[in-house]
Amino acid sequence: MNPLNRLRETWRPDQVFDIVQPAPTFDKSLDTKHGPILYVEDISVSFDGFKALNNLNLYIDDGELRCIIGPNGAGKTTMMDVITGKTKPDSGSVYFGQRINLLKLSEHEIARGGIGRKFQKPTIFEALPVFENLELATASNKRVWYTLNHHLSGEQRDRIDEVLTQIGLTAHFNQEAGALSHGQKQWLEIGMLLVQNPRVLLVDEPVAGMTGEEVEHTAELLISLKGRHSVIVVEHDMAFVRSIANKVTVLHQGSVLAEGSMDQVQSDPRVVEVYLGE
Amino acid sequence: MLTQRLLLSDRGGMLVLGLVVLMAIIVPICNLALPSSSPFYISNFTVGLLGKFLCFALLALSVDLIWGYAGILSLGHGAFFTLGGYGMGMYLMRQIGDRGVYGHPELMDFMVVLNWEELPWYWQGFDMFWFAMLMVLLVPGLLALAFGWLAFRSRVTGVYFAIITQALTYALMLAFFRNEMGFGGNNGLNDFKEILGFDLAEKATRAGLFVASAISLVLGYLACRYIVTSRAGRVIVSIRDAESRTRFCGYQVESYKLWLFVFSAMLAAVAGALYVPQVGIINPGEFAPLNSIEMVVWVATGGRGTLFGAIVGAFSVNYAKTFFTTYSPETWLFILGGLFVLVTLLLPNGIVGLFDRFRRKGDK
Amino acid sequence: MNPLCRITPRHTLHALLLWLICLSPLQVSAQTPESEPDAQSAAAPTTAQPSFEQLVQQLAGGSLRERAATVKQLSSQRDERLADIFNALVAGDLLANKEKPPTIAIREGEKLTDALTGTDLTGTERLRRIPVNNGLRTQLRGQVAQLNLSHPNTDKRYAAVQRFIRDGVDEETASLLRAHQEVEESGRVQDAITTALAVFQLQSGDREIRLAAIDELSGSLEQEARNALRGIAENDADAELRAAATEAIESIQGRISFYRFVENLFFGLSLGSVLLLAAIGLAITFGVMGVINMAHGELIMIGAYTTWGVQVLFPDLIEWSLLIAVPAAFLITALVGIAIERGVIRFLYGRPLETLLATFGLSLVLQQAVRTLFSPLNRSVSSPEWISGALNINPVLSITYTRLYILIFGLMVFFALMLVMKRTTLGLKVRAVSQNRAMARAVGVRSSWVDALTFGLGSGVAGVAGVALSQLTNVGPNLGQAYIIDSFMVVVFGGVGNLWGTLVSAMSLGLINNFLEPYAGAMLAKVLVLIMLILFIQKKPKGLFPQKGRAAAD
Repeated sequence: MNPLNRLRETWRPDQVFDIVQPAPTFDKSLDTKHGPILYVEDISVSFDGFKALNNLNLYIDDGELRCIIGPNGAGKTTMMDVITGKTKPDSGSVYFGQRINLLKLSEHEIARGGIGRKFQKPTIFEALPVFENLELATASNKRVWYTLNHHLSGEQRDRIDEVLTQIGLTAHFNQEAGALSHGQKQWLEIGMLLVQNPRVLLVDEPVAGMTGEEVEHTAELLISLKGRHSVIVVEHDMAFVRSIANKVTVLHQGSVLAEGSMDQVQSDPRVVEVYLGE
Repeated sequence: MLTQRLLLSDRGGMLVLGLVVLMAIIVPICNLALPSSSPFYISNFTVGLLGKFLCFALLALSVDLIWGYAGILSLGHGAFFTLGGYGMGMYLMRQIGDRGVYGHPELMDFMVVLNWEELPWYWQGFDMFWFAMLMVLLVPGLLALAFGWLAFRSRVTGVYFAIITQALTYALMLAFFRNEMGFGGNNGLNDFKEILGFDLAEKATRAGLFVASAISLVLGYLACRYIVTSRAGRVIVSIRDAESRTRFCGYQVESYKLWLFVFSAMLAAVAGALYVPQVGIINPGEFAPLNSIEMVVWVATGGRGTLFGAIVGAFSVNYAKTFFTTYSPETWLFILGGLFVLVTLLLPNGIVGLFDRFRRKGDK
Repeated sequence: MNPLCRITPRHTLHALLLWLICLSPLQVSAQTPESEPDAQSAAAPTTAQPSFEQLVQQLAGGSLRERAATVKQLSSQRDERLADIFNALVAGDLLANKEKPPTIAIREGEKLTDALTGTDLTGTERLRRIPVNNGLRTQLRGQVAQLNLSHPNTDKRYAAVQRFIRDGVDEETASLLRAHQEVEESGRVQDAITTALAVFQLQSGDREIRLAAIDELSGSLEQEARNALRGIAENDADAELRAAATEAIESIQGRISFYRFVENLFFGLSLGSVLLLAAIGLAITFGVMGVINMAHGELIMIGAYTTWGVQVLFPDLIEWSLLIAVPAAFLITALVGIAIERGVIRFLYGRPLETLLATFGLSLVLQQAVRTLFSPLNRSVSSPEWISGALNINPVLSITYTRLYILIFGLMVFFALMLVMKRTTLGLKVRAVSQNRAMARAVGVRSSWVDALTFGLGSGVAGVAGVALSQLTNVGPNLGQAYIIDSFMVVVFGGVGNLWGTLVSAMSLGLINNFLEPYAGAMLAKVLVLIMLILFIQKKPKGLFPQKGRAAAD
């Protein structure tokens, strides 16, 4: 980057002043006519010489449910960080649809634009009731002045109710979120993604620490999202992955090792070696 | 609907506001209408003292808004308060006219002493009340905007933010101590004569300032209440509790922090502007980092995260300060220091939290 | 005088210092009193001639003519005390009383010393000035100049040569100087003599000699040399000489500005070392442990008060007081620090803002405690002899020992701390706990114990810094406040958790501050530095040397 551009970047007013920012509704410009909704191409990220991602290529189709597996340190979380704008890669490109370059956008812009993310550890607003958690996440104008003066519309309330039913927390809507069980917190977080009406959902280890029944419920929930949203699930639990996925991507040392149905992947000798070998 | 939201749902706040309104009515009456022999007479000194406390309460509100709700600890709010005070002070200085010691029609006494030929450009316009008030809001507001912009966009948070805001007020203190700055150096601005044509030594003027402070406090409270009960208020609390989640919900965290910081700075500036005519002096000592940190203790003692707690804290700590500095000045710093430690260790929610705890116990 | 003073640390330290800065040899003469007995025995008269002491005592009484005779007799004596006595006599600073035998005293400002024994006098001896007239003065001047030239103290010899230059050099003094140049050891005095001779040659009638003299003077930094050159550059009839003189002045100015730069550099580093000392304890508690200790400044203050306490408790050991105070201050502040950690901070781990407030409260309590216990007024901490004075490198560059020692001391403390952190088990455990508390505990590190010790270490270093600062600033209850913000700035600028960063940032802040000061004034320089820091944090929010990697992201 030349100094002039860097200077321009530094003083970009929209870095802080959201009033001068264009409304980031990507729906109009989102172009998925070639199939994939997310193009991750040649992404490399390194921390202090350690290559977390190494020429990673990944294409997610519109409405697809994709599972991503891989041993520890394969770069799964880093990949999510790159897509959601938390980490800027050293090289490569990430496109949302065919036109929107995600690397140029900041976290909140990406979130507003339709990519939601659930963290490994459930992060919800523990001090607020379930309903307010969803209210905060609801898709609407999220600028300061608007939120200062406007309340939820009836439509938005309906949408929240709908999601509450979907995640099975209708009965708990007035309960403080911190008091929910671990599984319920995970669902609430997924619910918070859903009320934003995202096109892509990134879900990091949704069933870690859940009871069998909760796992089952989560699987149903994720499968029900398929079609309306593209869902990317990162998970260690093989049984769970098998139960929901039709397409699985295996990451190893920062790049894609294998891709295909669960059976194909499991019979791939390289995958077997990574998981069992050495 | 709005009353419900701002007042009725907030019992503690209603109680405190009620007391403030009551005070705004009773104190001037007892001061002006009663003879000084009456047992209910309230002395001029007490009126001045309570007026000062009202300004401090407004200041505490501004600190609570940014610290209690957004979790941003600013150790530089004294800077905004003092800048507001200087704005008012400059207006009051211009009102002196040729009644200064040196009798110069335009220049302030300290400028005459420094052999200045003409009024510096930044003193122009301060003879107009509206302009001075505009500056009282604009200058601290712009400073907060610039400073907050720089700080928040590079994601300076927590203790780092606290320390650089402290450095900000410290730097301003050093700068204002310089005579060449043109704000009276060490001595600051004083010897005010009148405000809007009313003699500042007059009892009625002081009572008027007292009522103005009370009204500002009530309005400031309602404005803060409006913010914290809005959706924006919930976003702000969410930022405090889970900043990164809020960001991934699509909120531009920096923007919220920045506007809240600017609003809070302006509120502090208003408090400063009301404070100066009542105490009759403003000097760079007000920028001292200790002052800014004392404000935080008012809020911590009262109970942060509840707006009326800040008012309660400002009144109780300042009352204690007046009491101890009068009767036993040696002990005051021990008590203030002890308060810092005790409140953070034992009373994280302050006096209000203590009451809540008792009430909950009572309920059981 | 206390016998211990004879073996002051001054000698060793000076020697060390000379090695460190590799300067031209400087003669150190601390021990005039010690060498006295030899001189005495040498001069001790077995003949009927009056002894040196008797002669000096004779000065007190008698007429002016008798005094002139005594002076003549004294001139033939070779005694080290003579130069001082004559100097004082000329200046009217030689006093005597009417006792038998009289006490002869030398006045130096307010201080009175016995001219013969060198002991301090109390001022109750009813001393009167010994009168001199102009004739005697003229007689003395020549004597004094000559005597001073052979004075054992370098500074005195140097001053004597400078007086020659100022008063004008004639043929006689020139030959005297030439003779002395042969035996002179100090380079500084040698240079001054060269200058004096060149100034003398300037007055010569021969143009070649004058040109050569100008050339000679162009290398001199003496004020007098510049004056002489300026005289020629402005008034001389010969254009070539004028040009040569102007050129010489320019070359001198160039060198002077170089030395000014060196001086600025030194002052900057010295300020930096003060910042380093103040901040380095913080670099441990804040940088490594992540604890915001606003009472850090007060720990420095306690260290400074410890120095004062040591001097009050052992008034006879002023020379050693700093060396005693360093470990004492370390222990005391470390204990206070551990008490703070155990009493308050350990309940607040993971809540940095609360820690900040609580420790700020503690700082108020400590300040007020000192105010109540001692007094709100500043205490005077005296400096041992070996730390006072200045190292005169040349006429435009002199370095005070205090600042030099503090610079060296700051670096020593820094490297000692580095060693502790890198090479000891405590350091290892501290780093382990700071990186992953749970894991460290799991492998058997007693984290609470490590916390207390680390905090104690950081606090102890603050106390040691206080000892050093007591030599620079007033020791009062507000001492700490003046340093706390600066210290935090240093740590933030350097990058949290990085001792090297602290060193670099302290030194660069010191330099920036010092180089800005002449242009902006002290206060504005500070303001500018603060603004620059705030802008700097924009570009590098994690300081100059940030911790890298995955762990740092959280």
